[in-house]
Amino acid sequence: MTLRIEAVSRRVEGEAWLSDIDLTLEPGRLYVLLGRTGAGKTSLMRVLAGLDRPTRGRVTEDGRDLAGVPVNRRNLAFVYQQFVNYPAFSVYDNIAAPLRRRGGTRAGIDARVREVARAVRIDAFLDRRPGALSGGQQQRLAIARALAKGASLMLFDEPLVNLDYKLREELRSELRALFHEGGQTVVYATTEPDEALQMGGETIVMHEGRVLQTGSAHHVYRHPASVRVADIFSEPPMNVAEARIAGARMTLGGVELATPARARGRIEGPCRVGLMPHRIERAPGEGRVALRGPVLLAEVDGSSTFTHFEAGGSAWIARSEGVHLMPLGAAFEGFVNPEDFYVFDTAGDLVAAPAALESAYG
Amino acid sequence: MTIADAALAAPTEGRARPASRSRALGRLVPALGLGLFLTFQMLPIYWITRMSFMTPRTIMSRSDFLPVAPTLDNYRVILGDPTWYMSYVNSLTYVLINMAISLAVSLPAAYAFSRYRFLGDKHVFFWLFTNRMAPAAVFLLPFFQLYSAVGLFDTPWAVALAHTLFVVPLAVWILEGFMSGVPREIDETAYIDGYSMPRFFLTVFLPLIRSGIGVTAFFCFMFSWIELLLARTLTSVDARPIVVTMTRTASASGLDWGLLAAAGVLTILPGVAVIWFVRNYIAKGFALGRV
Repeated sequence: MTLRIEAVSRRVEGEAWLSDIDLTLEPGRLYVLLGRTGAGKTSLMRVLAGLDRPTRGRVTEDGRDLAGVPVNRRNLAFVYQQFVNYPAFSVYDNIAAPLRRRGGTRAGIDARVREVARAVRIDAFLDRRPGALSGGQQQRLAIARALAKGASLMLFDEPLVNLDYKLREELRSELRALFHEGGQTVVYATTEPDEALQMGGETIVMHEGRVLQTGSAHHVYRHPASVRVADIFSEPPMNVAEARIAGARMTLGGVELATPARARGRIEGPCRVGLMPHRIERAPGEGRVALRGPVLLAEVDGSSTFTHFEAGGSAWIARSEGVHLMPLGAAFEGFVNPEDFYVFDTAGDLVAAPAALESAYG
Repeated sequence: MTIADAALAAPTEGRARPASRSRALGRLVPALGLGLFLTFQMLPIYWITRMSFMTPRTIMSRSDFLPVAPTLDNYRVILGDPTWYMSYVNSLTYVLINMAISLAVSLPAAYAFSRYRFLGDKHVFFWLFTNRMAPAAVFLLPFFQLYSAVGLFDTPWAVALAHTLFVVPLAVWILEGFMSGVPREIDETAYIDGYSMPRFFLTVFLPLIRSGIGVTAFFCFMFSWIELLLARTLTSVDARPIVVTMTRTASASGLDWGLLAAAGVLTILPGVAVIWFVRNYIAKGFALGRV
């Protein structure tokens, strides 16, 4: 089942929630919608599910327009950010509900309910009501119900966002394994770049109701099409500064460095450059240039330190391994390799990306 | 115990007594107030119960706290005389019809108001309430005329239908509050899972607003059970309700106080029973809904 979203827009009370979305969802693949809150991820999923109608454009399934097909006739499943279950039903009946609506033998339904409950590890609580489960178990139940009927399209709207860190990690890897088995199309929305990278699959970066870029997670991460995508797809956000390129020389505030080899000859004059926070080193090295300035803020998150500092008229964030205590206002020296810079034009579109980032994250 | 400990302990011991005295007082005053309040509340009810076990003669001559020469004669009269006990049946009949109609009508209406935005929804919601703003007396004449014309006069249906005019707005309002407390996502999940609208409404949605339905049924019952004006005007003999029968006990020999008191006690009982059945829902209902 190939789903095509053709020129879909949705306006609500004069505001554009979705603008000219064109996407093709192939069967058996995982699509990760990445974007900030309000980017239109939920709106897009609701249109896909048939819960909302697009103002313009259409959604087709294998060429057939889905506009007139009521939600309860479509073969899909939806997991919300909130834990949505049927509070008056037991866990067992919750999972059985979609199966019973579709029909089937009692034994067949029973076997399927137990199989799915075991897969998400809530088979010990089949007699309980959802209200007597913990948050993580409630979301597992919602996921179980979505998995139960083996829908050809499964929509997950930030399903892990209301869970604590440990549970999120655990459920995420389980989900990945579950998606791997089925042949269904999965659309998974998230605000977290980490999650998009870990889930893998196709990443669809959204911002203000538009699709900015699509591609495999690692490709999009390495080659963000614009400053905006780079900003959405990195945490902490990519450092972006105004610069000026003249042939082989690039000036960045007061700092002179070599123009990245890949950008040479492709852009002249004012531009914007981006640098991943972990590419600012604390030690000098071959080809590295120093950015010097006062520390604005230093945050330590256990094993790494995020140093916010000012250099060449811009604010920078450096991510370094290990705990480094740095008082406010202390002089900071960050060493950067010009080849690590992304170069964008003044409109923010990518001109050149670094040759290779050995590890995507680290 | 070290010296420091002793120094710390000493002053607390010294203050212990006045503190506990004021605490005891703090407990006593509310208890006393509540006790007085309940006494005044219950006194008339006790008094009518006391009178219901006495004869008219002893009622007039004695004012002892306990019933004098208690007797069940009054109850025997009521339960043995069809004009009395059929009045209860008539009342219960139209009250139940009213409850059934009101709930059947208000549930879908409240769902629409809670889930959908449609042209003029707020105005219609408000307009429902304006029905309650006119006194019942305003509707007496048109109802009387209309029901006489279509042959509904002096039937339980006449009273039940007239009462729905006042009960439905309240029911819609209460239910809408409860329904809006149920996340819309549950509705959507049900459609996605393949539920049809009626099946979803009956099997998934209604159990979630049980307490709201309980509270609503309670208000329907109470309004209809105690309402006198419409009930008296729209009935004459066949469908005469208990509240009307009670106001007509005056005879040539004067008022039969004992009989009236017994009828009063029997009229209170269904209300008590209803409150007893919905007491858990009411507590929840007042907290969750917007009653």
